[in-house]
Amino acid sequence: MATTEITAPETGTEDFRAEAAAWLAENFAPSLVGKENLLAVIEGDSDPDPEVAAWKKAMGEKGWGTPTWPKAYGGGGLDSKQARILQDEMAKINAWNPIGGLGVMMLGPTLLEFASEEQKQRYVPPICRGEIRWCQGYSEPGAGSDLASLQTKCEDRGDHWLINGQKTWTSGGQWADWCFALVRTDTTKKHEGISFILLDMKSPGVEVKPIQMISGASPFCETFFTDVKVPKDQIVGEIGHGWTIGKRLLQHERTNLSGGGRMGRGGGPSLADIAKNYVGVDDQGRLADSDLRSRIIKHDMEARAFQATARRVTAEAKSGEVSLASSILKNVGARITQERAELTLEIMGMQGLGWEGDGFHPLELGSTRGWLWGKAVSIYGGTTEIQNNVIAKRILGMLDHQ
Amino acid sequence: MAVLNEEQTMLRDMARDWARKESPVKAYRKVRDAAEAIGFDPQAFAKMAEMGWTGVIIPEVHGGSDFGYLSLGLVLEECARTLTASPLNASSLAATSALLLGGSDDQKAAWLPGMASGETIAALAVDEGPRHAPDQIKARAEQAGDGWILSGEKCFVAEGDAANLLIVAAQYEGGVGLFLVPADASGVTVSTRKLIDFRSHAAITLDQVALPANARLESGDEALLDAVLDRARAGVAAEMLGLAVQSFEDTLDYLKTRSQFGEILSRFQALQHRMANLFTEIELMRSVVEGAMEAIDAGRDDVPTRVSLAKATACQTLNLVSRELIQLHGGIGMTDEHSSGFYLKRARILEAQYGNGAFHRERFARLNDY
Repeated sequence: MATTEITAPETGTEDFRAEAAAWLAENFAPSLVGKENLLAVIEGDSDPDPEVAAWKKAMGEKGWGTPTWPKAYGGGGLDSKQARILQDEMAKINAWNPIGGLGVMMLGPTLLEFASEEQKQRYVPPICRGEIRWCQGYSEPGAGSDLASLQTKCEDRGDHWLINGQKTWTSGGQWADWCFALVRTDTTKKHEGISFILLDMKSPGVEVKPIQMISGASPFCETFFTDVKVPKDQIVGEIGHGWTIGKRLLQHERTNLSGGGRMGRGGGPSLADIAKNYVGVDDQGRLADSDLRSRIIKHDMEARAFQATARRVTAEAKSGEVSLASSILKNVGARITQERAELTLEIMGMQGLGWEGDGFHPLELGSTRGWLWGKAVSIYGGTTEIQNNVIAKRILGMLDHQ
Repeated sequence: MAVLNEEQTMLRDMARDWARKESPVKAYRKVRDAAEAIGFDPQAFAKMAEMGWTGVIIPEVHGGSDFGYLSLGLVLEECARTLTASPLNASSLAATSALLLGGSDDQKAAWLPGMASGETIAALAVDEGPRHAPDQIKARAEQAGDGWILSGEKCFVAEGDAANLLIVAAQYEGGVGLFLVPADASGVTVSTRKLIDFRSHAAITLDQVALPANARLESGDEALLDAVLDRARAGVAAEMLGLAVQSFEDTLDYLKTRSQFGEILSRFQALQHRMANLFTEIELMRSVVEGAMEAIDAGRDDVPTRVSLAKATACQTLNLVSRELIQLHGGIGMTDEHSSGFYLKRARILEAQYGNGAFHRERFARLNDY
């Protein structure tokens, strides 16, 4: 995760390893293994297991859910080497991070970079403790890829801001406590008329309507703002600088979306193993469907090339170089994710096309829903087309046809 | 477009008109929301039967119009464009073909008039696993006295939930035969399966089902099953053509109305080329799909090759078109409120039905001796 690097007190790495292991042993009970609820950080968990709640509280207070964030704002204050050691030690005992969500992935790093001291003190510690769920108010019905054309109006009414407009694709909007949004404070300029504002979702005039997706899930909302009053001190950075801040936040989003290689690797069994199970093998152990086999081979090789690129980008970044290859990660990651889902569907045949009910294994139903949901990967966080524009224009210097 | 005669043109125009006015996508949405096991609106199907569509390939003597497969394909294509849910493909084309190709005069006389009128809905029960494998049939019919005892498990039987007649592929002493099994016969259990298109794809158990001596389709030889399947495959390809054409047109309309960066999307050259490519692929698809239907109507001996060419091409093209449908619509196409998801889901079902692209590429190679 890209965050502000801070200097931690110098300790030997082995000392830190022992310290981390001891603290984890004391706070992460073995019975917590496998109890991770990935959705809790977004949807909340109204009735948490007391053990899970205690683990979250311990991690929150220690700041190790956001290990590299400054201690002054509730983070762990670790350097990147220590953070890796912590990760290692957690992996050894299958411990998971109970702190997450958009606050950790996107807003926190942005606040640390752009917010005032008062704002950092107020908003960052609750993110580190996992107390506040944040949602993102960026896209609008008429402002998707062309985000800067957003129209949600934010007027200066002397002692407060007044917000009117509509957002869409508000992720987790129905569960969120607070929202970070891009709003228009000046209608006479495009990019320079945008400001970055924080607002309480319980404010009068905020309405959310969940959007049902083709996968059946409703992780997003349409959000309507009608005369929503927001205190003056909730704009981050300068008025009219929201575009810069908002774009920086999207970089955190893209880093997380491409997962630095996590995406292409995928979890679970290999495609080849799934295929052996559904399709069978010939007497020499080759997949019985040779056409499918050659496409799985191509996919596996592409995934390997993607992982190699992600590792190269990471290595180059560590050596202080900004790699041009980082620009391809989101598109390639999306392509590989979607291809894997399509191939899984093909392998399972009709068994991979179930919606619900009898006759389908939960893993089959999960893979079908995942395939449908995965169609969004090349759309959200900057479509494949927008990413290609960035590559063509900014990296390759290819200008628009005039 | 194949060169159509006057009857075919009239039939296609009538189907297009009816589907748009009487069976638009919102009619399918209603069927989806109702989530009934049969997966279609019986009143709509009754209307289709009234217009004679259930009898398009049935000889006049049995109550049909004998217009042929290309004609029925045109109707299927037009209905698919609005996602019209009905047993027209599974019953009026696939199962009807089994009777036409394998039925004795008596069997035809007994069943075809009901199929032509739409009162009898028949379903073809061949596959026993999630992937099309007509060479791995284990269901078995044993001769018992002057009748048969049939047992086996069939799955993903299209329109199996509504069918009153099942045409079941089973091993018997002479190879693989097709058996006429009334759906209400003792020992038949039909279980509903819910797939992404909310249409009927039933699991059917046949447990010691006792059948009369004339249950087996008699005039078929060894190649009967394959010949029936080829017609079913061509029917599916025609439906896929309709899905592809409509997905393309919806996408084109969207690009011509949606504006970003102060510009209508259709003015971006990168998108123009994507659409030109889809147009190209769909034209190729149309030629081979209609070519398969014409080969069937003409009784050509290369029907298997042409059908595999059509189905493989249809799978590849529709897969591409349905991906682009979602991608080029962006976020709106990901919502259930929009119709794109319906087309995507139906597309994958039809790709898998009666052999996916890989199956038909392999078959094409074998048929051409390589």
